[in-house]
Amino acid sequence: MMEPVEAIKDTVRKLSLHGQHDKLADINKQLEILEHHPANNFVFVPFKQKLQQSNLYPLKPTGIQIFQVNIGKMCNQTCKHCHVDAGPDRKEIMTREIMQQCIDVLNKNPQLKIIDITGGAPELNPNFRWFVDEIRKLNRHVIVRCNLTIILANKKYSFLPEFYKQNNIEVISSLPFYAKDRTDRQRGNGVFEDSIKALQMLNNVGYGKEGTGLILNLVYNPAGAFLPPAQSSLEKEYKQELKGKFEIEFNSLFTITNMPINRYLDYLIKSGNYDAYMEKLVNAYNPAATANVMCRNTISVGWDGYLYDCDFNQMLELRVNGNSIHINEFQIEELNERNIKTGQHCYGCTAGSGSSCGGAVIK
Amino acid sequence: MTVQDNKGILRKIYFMENNYYNSKDLKKFGNVGEFQKKLADKFFDYYNEVFKDSELTAREKSLIALAVAHAVQCPYCIDAYSSDAYEKGWNEAQMMEAVHVACAIRGGASLVHGVQMMNKVKEIAM
Repeated sequence: MMEPVEAIKDTVRKLSLHGQHDKLADINKQLEILEHHPANNFVFVPFKQKLQQSNLYPLKPTGIQIFQVNIGKMCNQTCKHCHVDAGPDRKEIMTREIMQQCIDVLNKNPQLKIIDITGGAPELNPNFRWFVDEIRKLNRHVIVRCNLTIILANKKYSFLPEFYKQNNIEVISSLPFYAKDRTDRQRGNGVFEDSIKALQMLNNVGYGKEGTGLILNLVYNPAGAFLPPAQSSLEKEYKQELKGKFEIEFNSLFTITNMPINRYLDYLIKSGNYDAYMEKLVNAYNPAATANVMCRNTISVGWDGYLYDCDFNQMLELRVNGNSIHINEFQIEELNERNIKTGQHCYGCTAGSGSSCGGAVIK
Repeated sequence: MTVQDNKGILRKIYFMENNYYNSKDLKKFGNVGEFQKKLADKFFDYYNEVFKDSELTAREKSLIALAVAHAVQCPYCIDAYSSDAYEKGWNEAQMMEAVHVACAIRGGASLVHGVQMMNKVKEIAM
């Protein structure tokens, strides 16, 4: 039985594209725009061509080390840039049965050292605690993509900072900016204030503090139709501002490019920025970033157990090539030899310094 | 210009253009070397060096560039540095204050010459 999504700021409780029955909720419509956009106002360069020019076609894994698992699309927020189209109205939640299959795979494959749990808000999955406990029994490093506001959404989630600490979880949380305006514009009214409180709670149990070993990383996503600035410079600004104004400390800042998928694609089209943004991505193509894209060392597991090259391919419903397409058929040898599926959306990961779930790929 | 019709299809709309400035030309700035490569290369090397992090950060320089763009009224520079300054984290109020700095300096440059006017009038007036 699914946990009800708790009361959230009223302006945040908006329906996903899926819930609004928006035409873009049809993934085929999104792929048509990305791959066959009829009104391109820029030179359409197929991503495959760039890979060929960079001697990287077909794109192959370098060896899967990161097991990223999306345990559900339910979320207490409906951020404007969300490539998942997550929200309170999404009911897709990973079952315990599928989670057990994930654990069985991890048990058989010790080389999968890093487990990256994401969503939606992964904490809303009723089996979240059990899943983390079981993975930790295998002595793997666990990352949780925590949206911060979930900690304050209801008293029953206030255990989370202590739970993360006990399990030595690496917490990665989005904070689009160190100021209220940009954060709330992207993530909803009141999110900045709640995020600050949540970060202070995490600091209070030792996260982000020198010497504790409890890693707290923040994620910057541009609050608009532009690319992220230099990661190292922005990290310095974040540290200065958050420490100075709120006494908040953290380890690293990751800058992540917004991907033209789901709600961010919807935003680009409705704001008239789609052509200019895609042109920026294409013009900023960097072969060095391409060589280090995260799909080369990551496998992405969907809420229903199907396998994808990355979270973005997952949201475009582009399952992996080959026969090992579901967690109950997981064969790492075959997956390490597969051709990675690519498309025009891949320009998002290869622009400039590159982008991944761990930030810029070229430091 | 691209707009979405009522069936969700993106369509191009063409306008008759008869302006001196065309925003699409900003993208062609790097091509000025076609007529004089050596000097263009020297200019862009210098330009890129100027905007690197140094005694001032690239972010601070971006805001200065925004103000100067308004002082010299270069539409290409205003376009480029409006985006650049916003991307680097300056907010709308900060950016507009920078424009006012340019305005104050330009206005002040005219006004301070009024001292010369006053000197002259006092010289010739009884």
